Amino acid sequence: MSVVLELKGITKRFPGVLANDHIDLTLEEGKIHALLGENGAGKSTLMNILYGLYQPNEGEIHVRGKPAKIYSPSDAIDAGIGMVHQHFMLIPVFSVTENVMLGEEETRGIGGILNRRSASKKIREISERFGLDVDPKAMVGDLPVGVQQRVEIIKLLYRNADILIFDEPTAVLTPQETDGLFEIMRSLTAQGKSIIFITHKLKEVLEVADNITVIRRGKVVGSTVPDQADSNKLAEMMVGREVALEIDRTPPTVGDTILSVKDLVLLDDQENVAVNNVSFEARAGEILGIAGVQGNGQTELVEAITGLRNTQSGNISFEGKNITNASPRKITQLGTAHIPEDRQRDGLVLEFPITDNLALQEYYKAPFSKGLIMQDGVILENAEKLIEEYDIRTPSASTSAGSLSGGNQQKVIIAREFTRDIKLLLASQPTRGLDVGSIEYIHSQIIKKRDTGTAVMLISTELDEVMKLSDRIAVMFDGEIVGIVDANTVTKEQVGLMMAGAVEEAMEAAA
Amino acid sequence: MSEQKQSSGDILIEELNRTNSSSRIGQLGQLVLIPILAVITGLAIGAIIIILTSESVYAAFGNSIGSGLGEAFGVVYEAYWALFIGAVGDPAKISAALSSGDAEAVRRAFNPFSDSLVTTTPYIFAGLAVALGFRTGLFNIGVEGQLYLGAALATYIGFAFTDLPPILHIPFALAGGLVGGAIWGFIPGWLKAKTGGHEVINTIMMNYIAIRLTEWLVKGPLQRPDAQNPISPIVLESSQLPKLFGDPIRFHIGFFIALATAWLVWWYLFRTKMGFDLRTVGANSNAAKYAGMNIVRSTVLAMSLSGGLAGLTGANEILGVNHFFVSSFSPGYGFDAIALALLGKNHPLGVVLAAMLFGFLRSGATSMQLNAGVPVDIISILQALVLAFIAAPAIIRTIYRLKEPKESDAMMISAGFGD
Repeated sequence: MSVVLELKGITKRFPGVLANDHIDLTLEEGKIHALLGENGAGKSTLMNILYGLYQPNEGEIHVRGKPAKIYSPSDAIDAGIGMVHQHFMLIPVFSVTENVMLGEEETRGIGGILNRRSASKKIREISERFGLDVDPKAMVGDLPVGVQQRVEIIKLLYRNADILIFDEPTAVLTPQETDGLFEIMRSLTAQGKSIIFITHKLKEVLEVADNITVIRRGKVVGSTVPDQADSNKLAEMMVGREVALEIDRTPPTVGDTILSVKDLVLLDDQENVAVNNVSFEARAGEILGIAGVQGNGQTELVEAITGLRNTQSGNISFEGKNITNASPRKITQLGTAHIPEDRQRDGLVLEFPITDNLALQEYYKAPFSKGLIMQDGVILENAEKLIEEYDIRTPSASTSAGSLSGGNQQKVIIAREFTRDIKLLLASQPTRGLDVGSIEYIHSQIIKKRDTGTAVMLISTELDEVMKLSDRIAVMFDGEIVGIVDANTVTKEQVGLMMAGAVEEAMEAAA
Repeated sequence: MSEQKQSSGDILIEELNRTNSSSRIGQLGQLVLIPILAVITGLAIGAIIIILTSESVYAAFGNSIGSGLGEAFGVVYEAYWALFIGAVGDPAKISAALSSGDAEAVRRAFNPFSDSLVTTTPYIFAGLAVALGFRTGLFNIGVEGQLYLGAALATYIGFAFTDLPPILHIPFALAGGLVGGAIWGFIPGWLKAKTGGHEVINTIMMNYIAIRLTEWLVKGPLQRPDAQNPISPIVLESSQLPKLFGDPIRFHIGFFIALATAWLVWWYLFRTKMGFDLRTVGANSNAAKYAGMNIVRSTVLAMSLSGGLAGLTGANEILGVNHFFVSSFSPGYGFDAIALALLGKNHPLGVVLAAMLFGFLRSGATSMQLNAGVPVDIISILQALVLAFIAAPAIIRTIYRLKEPKESDAMMISAGFGD
């Protein structure tokens, strides 16, 4: 088996941090090599070096046995290295062909007329050869996310890349789309392409990779193959200690209905119906999971419950009190806690210190304020207490929230929301972008809230997360709840089908 | 989700507030260092311009390179020395007056200094007005119009209410200035909150309305009865801000009112919960909404307060210096104030220091023109240069090879800290 890519002793220093510490990596032809590591472990730095965006302080890159100098992404492409980014680099109002051609335009005639036909032909060939199933004439904006990702792959193949880097490619996909992607990845390697697969999802690595390299704090901590590894072992390598992947959950002690939503209709910012006739109840002591692919109305639903979005029609009540279109503060005061899906946009004021962020929901009342004056001493004491209690890793309480790592930012929000006396917890994407250690911690905190009688709504696009924590699962598709199922009896495949709108197939699968 | 698209104004405001608020100990040095280096660099380039525009330097270079260089140095030295004497005072005169022990001579020797403080005072008020808006994420370009309206109302109260003792009349007239400006700030604030009409456009338009409206007032209802010119009656002595020394020294208590106002603004923004509301709305309006803050109220309040501070600028000038209203009495305080707030990083203390820089430069410029023959316009160029350097700190960092304080560095450090 020939080696197509070899990284030797790659070292990258940033001021105060050793991001990559003598990393060695060998990619064999026709293999999928998974690069596994927590956020901040140095995966992205390494790939940016490989892609020419950073220069290493030490070390060498060899492509097909020859030393390669990669100073820019175009050098990388010339060396046959291509990257499928987590956030697609596509122009929605252009066709597939135009997107693929961009930067590599084929022209004919004197005026330099775009030769769309020949490009289309080439795209069709690539599409057929690797089983990508993409129509070159389709407008990219009209395509589902999974297909857009395939357009990204075609872009690389069109440029004759044979070393493909996939950066967290499954983050945006449904389970079915993920399976489809894995099939494509296998078909690519079967025809001689080689793949580096960056991820922090253990199951996917075990499913699709040929080789696994785990890095932690900038160093390679081990290499293995799926046959000799399991999730627990990989997690331990990633985190550096034993991690509880399965959660000990006692059956729920379900209490009274806390939140009741009836016939709710909501519009999105473009005035299109985002949530259509949705009804459900959340009960004390129970976790209600809301599963669904991103953009099927979950965001708007949570905004309406927390008072951030006006309702078109329908009714929301909290312990029997009507809170439809009530102000966010009133809803918070009734006993609602909200972990927002975008913590940096909604949950924190990044430039404010941790102290102020921890007081953000209750700054206006005693003991944080006396009369008009904010009590800095009390706010600081509160912060120090919570930093200790929730193990927020920070140099000091006055550090700005923006300079914390994602996991610690989330801990700030959780510390603030959980210390109030709450009856309803809305957790939107509570572990998005976090590492295994933080996820474990946040999951255990959510379970703890449930066990103390809080009604919990867990809104997540990570099906595994919903399956693991929920007692009941409501599946949203196209603005509607297509079914509410018992989490203990339903299978992942059934929920996956429902997430894609195929409710009948899901029911058949159940039968 | 509605605020996903940022307007360029929002981005600018974010940029303006960013450096200051994210400042921690590591960045504090640069926070002070960059304005200082910007001033030094501005003075250096100003010196080059003075040399390039000086006939005598060209003539001296005609004789020999040596005499040319000498003349160039001489011209710059003369200009900046005149600037210094005009702004602060002549050290020789001051020491002579101090040793003579004559109180009157001391006052006169210090007159350039105290006069610079008089020039500084309106800059402080106006700079605070803009800074308070910026802190709330609002770009109040309407300070100029607001200060005209404040001045007009303060003038009216100043001459129309007779038989009031100063202890009542002065606060009353100042309050009039505050209210006049606040009304003019409230309108665009309300429009922004209720209709989304952008405050930048509305405040600019309101400037025109305010300036023409007060011009009409002073040609009509507020015109001095016996005057041909469009000027108002002189405000009564009971409403004038007391001078601390006898004529011709203009120094009045306005400077101290301005300092007290700066403290009050600081206290309001950084110590009270209403100030916390404003700052949160300014720093991240989504998080403010999430935390249940009332964005509409904060917007309207901030624009009104900002307008009020602008109104005080006008009232201070009328009651402390001019004593009557005439249209175009402001040399553009409201517009310079935008630059000032930027220079002072939207912090009240920073604004006071920046205002003093402007005040002293402006005040010294006249003496530079009289004594060294260098036009006052050089000062405008100098101010522009200083501001350009502060607005684009990358230039200063490049010239002086300073390392950029990176948020990402800090992030990595704390990321490596634990999890």
